Amino acid sequence: MWSPSDIYEMPFGDWVDFAVKDWLVPNFRPVFQSIRIPVEWVLDGLDGFLNFVPMVVFTVVLVAIAWRAAGRGLAIFSIVSLIFLDLIGVWSETMTTLAMVTTAVFFCALFGVPLGVMAARSDRFLKVLRPVLDVMQTIPPFVYLVPIVMLFGVGTVPGVIATFIFALPPITRLTNLGIRSVREDLVEASYAFGSTPRQVLWEVQIPLAMRTIMAGLNQTLMMSLSMAVIAALIGAGGLGLTVNTGLGRLDVGLATEGGIGIVILAIILDRITQSFAERRSSTSPSLTGILRSLFSSGKPARPAADKQAA
Amino acid sequence: MSAKLTAKNVYKVFGSSPETALDLVEQGKTKDEIFESTGQTVGVHDASFEVDEGQIFVVMGLSGSGKSTLVRMLNGLIPPTSGSIMVDDTDVASCSGEDLRKVRRDKISMVFQHFALFPHRTVGENAAYGLKVKGVGASERREKAQNALDQVGLGAYADSYPDELSGGMQQRVGLARGLCAESEILLMDEPFSALDPLIRRDMQDELLQLQRSLKKTIIFITHDLNEALILGDKIAIMKDGRFVQVGTAQEIVGEPADDYVAAFTQDIDRSRVFKVKTIANEPRSLTLQDSLADAVERMEKLERDALFITEGDKIAGVLSYREAAPALRNGETTIDPVLNRDYAAVQGEAYLHEIYEAASAGMPIAVMDGDAFVGVVRPSEVFAQLVRGEEAAAEAGDRMTAA
Ligand SMILES: Nc1ncnc2c1ncn2[C@@H]1O[C@H](COP(=O)(O)OP(=O)(O)O)[C@@H](O)[C@H]1O
Ligand SMILES: [Mg+2]
Repeated sequence: MWSPSDIYEMPFGDWVDFAVKDWLVPNFRPVFQSIRIPVEWVLDGLDGFLNFVPMVVFTVVLVAIAWRAAGRGLAIFSIVSLIFLDLIGVWSETMTTLAMVTTAVFFCALFGVPLGVMAARSDRFLKVLRPVLDVMQTIPPFVYLVPIVMLFGVGTVPGVIATFIFALPPITRLTNLGIRSVREDLVEASYAFGSTPRQVLWEVQIPLAMRTIMAGLNQTLMMSLSMAVIAALIGAGGLGLTVNTGLGRLDVGLATEGGIGIVILAIILDRITQSFAERRSSTSPSLTGILRSLFSSGKPARPAADKQAA
Repeated sequence: MSAKLTAKNVYKVFGSSPETALDLVEQGKTKDEIFESTGQTVGVHDASFEVDEGQIFVVMGLSGSGKSTLVRMLNGLIPPTSGSIMVDDTDVASCSGEDLRKVRRDKISMVFQHFALFPHRTVGENAAYGLKVKGVGASERREKAQNALDQVGLGAYADSYPDELSGGMQQRVGLARGLCAESEILLMDEPFSALDPLIRRDMQDELLQLQRSLKKTIIFITHDLNEALILGDKIAIMKDGRFVQVGTAQEIVGEPADDYVAAFTQDIDRSRVFKVKTIANEPRSLTLQDSLADAVERMEKLERDALFITEGDKIAGVLSYREAAPALRNGETTIDPVLNRDYAAVQGEAYLHEIYEAASAGMPIAVMDGDAFVGVVRPSEVFAQLVRGEEAAAEAGDRMTAA
């Protein structure tokens, strides 16, 4: 049977190869190298800090947060599982993975939320952004590992950058969605009292979209964790590396130790961030409100008004 | 009194090429025809009006008649297609975004049909929203919000959240938010439509009471003619984007401009629209010094069965023919012995429904302006005025069905 490739075989792979190797890398290497700097900064800081904090102190703090955010069940689970991770000897890897994930989520929020806000305010921008996000979300991460290595080298920082690309879409999408679904009459009311567009955004839209944005943050976090193993392929450390090493040596035990670490982190972080998204049933908490309630004593109480009175 | 807000030839066309729609408007095409041929909606069609300081201007019309569009143009939430809207000396229709914000911050605030309270803010913070936007400091904000909440009877709820309050209370918060901004003009887009009828009545009374002390300039939107008549100093009836009649409650009910308006006024309780002074007659009284014979003669001539008798500039009482005539025949000469010193008096500003009871006694009622005796109402006239409405409405109804 005849097919077009009988006449012509398109060297598409060569073109891409050329574009990346002979044009992008030599011309833009300095740009990409400078992108590394802030990522490296945040990552090293976090990694250093988390590995410096004694295991017991970290556990106490995380358990306290889990308790406040999601209740006693998660607190007990956290204690047991963190002790388990320490006992099986992957504590330091767990902290490195946590640092990587936190860094990736931090940059995702830093870029994703403003992008989402812009998309919510301009249909035209959304039209451009949406296919880009679609591509980022559907393209298998393995495909861009190679160019990332070429541009950024190997190591944990490129791993975080790959994670960033993979995990950016949900928070961007959900920020856009959250802001667009703020009730139209509330936005109108805000304008009616003389708000500037910026005031409408900060006083009304962002606080009311906070639940949805938090749901996006939760998804971004989960996707970041799921990248831990893939990022290890380009030299990132942490639990992903443990898993990969185990795979390479066909060491089921080692791979399982790394895998369990990732799962436990995922469960704890998922529950905590989910509780942020669900905090108040009818309305959204503000970020400061969440932080305050985490650190203040007692349940965040609202004075119950008597509906019958007056 | 000076005009606080003046709208001149305001049009709003929703659609991609408003000019073509305006051309069709010029040619006298109706809203429906224009929608058929261009797909564009004429929201407001040549609205012109003035609202004086301290006045309540009510715009009444069925749903879809363009009321919301009109009121949103007054604070620029919807930009008019053409026309001018002067608030003091800023033209809201054509000023810059910055000027528009200034008008919204300092001169016009708004109360919404579905309250539009911010669910993430406490009642107090909601009330203070206008001040927050203006950059007023936190403690001053709290104080003024508390003040505004006190005015609407919700002083104790400053720290509650809107979703903890009932509908009526939520709208009071909406009102407090409007008052707290300290603007002179209050736009109210069907503020009470989402409330239960009983609560609606309370809110109407409360608004009138507040208005007595605050003297805001209010533009009030409603689809309920009764509400319009209760609240409005001036009322505009809107149909398909146009004003079909603008006038006082009595003008609207007394002389409906066309059958459309007349059909609305059909079910109106006229006794709540017409004031006593509209049916009062000149007082034809005698003084206590006049003779009984004069009085009886006067009554026979005027065909009245009772007369007010004055003493100085006060009313001494009322003399009824049924008692005066026999007394005269029995040789009485002065009024004093047969004078009834119990009589009914009412202020001219009162509504007819307030004198039903007095009228049912069958004696004339003195109409006062403060302490001064300015007129007389006979019971039969009260009921005649009410019946007149029934007849006019029935006629209008006949014409509508015939047309
Ligand atoms: N944004 C809009 N786009 C198109 N048509 C609109 C828009 N807003 C209102 N309209 C139309 O304008 C007319 C008047 O609407 P509106 O002012 O909401 O009426 P009302 O408040 O009296 O019920 C209606 O026919 C409505 O469909
Ligand atoms: Mg409306």
